[in-house]
Amino acid sequence: MSSIHLHYDVSGEDFTRAGEASGLVKKRLKALGYNTDAIRRVAIAMYEAEINMVIHADGGFVDIDIYPDKVEILLSDRGPGIPDVDKAMQAGFSTAPDNVRNLGFGAGMGLPNIKKYTDDMKIDTELGVGTKLYLTVRVNEA
Amino acid sequence: MTVNELIKKLDLAVLVEDDLDREVTDCYIGDLLSWVMGRAPEDSAWLTVMGNINSIAVATLADVSCIILVEDAALDADAKAKAEMHGVNILTTSQNSYQLAVALSALL
Repeated sequence: MSSIHLHYDVSGEDFTRAGEASGLVKKRLKALGYNTDAIRRVAIAMYEAEINMVIHADGGFVDIDIYPDKVEILLSDRGPGIPDVDKAMQAGFSTAPDNVRNLGFGAGMGLPNIKKYTDDMKIDTELGVGTKLYLTVRVNEA
Repeated sequence: MTVNELIKKLDLAVLVEDDLDREVTDCYIGDLLSWVMGRAPEDSAWLTVMGNINSIAVATLADVSCIILVEDAALDADAKAKAEMHGVNILTTSQNSYQLAVALSALL
């Protein structure tokens, strides 16, 4: 099946630029005529994951494959890895620093939100090496 | 109800003006951005005290009709610039979220 591939760098230095890649993907999906529910789910999951990469992993890469019936997103970073994935998946659990909380993040909603808005989510993480997050959002007919 | 009608009826000040003819069909209140992003309905008026640059990203992704900064909460300069770039309406009021929402609910 043919797909459109997109690649973005997520800067680890600039917290304020997080969300640019998800904004661009959102625009692209809109232009391609995908339904608003799917676009919203892709954009939210991607933005949360971008924020995670900026807060915890000093940035990384996002690769997106857009198919007619699904959108696949791979987020890779060379951050510290997630010591306890089950804990990180709990709503409300967060290791984000105070300056991030002051900006309205760090509520421990990131990974739970991502799971909620995607149809499939897989985490490959290794301490000291990095984390890969594989997401799939299925596109239902509008 | 359009954003413009909301401004007039609720006596709101405009900080960033984009499409003021945009429809407002709902209202959402919240300051935790992750929470808001996942829950604010599309085309809603979003009442918050968060006027930082990440609020603009959240408003864009959730596709709300406008941000209303309550209790005269400050809008950061870089957030204003980003809102202008991405076309996000931003309004402000001295009322708190509860007071404004009560008034707004009579209009929706």
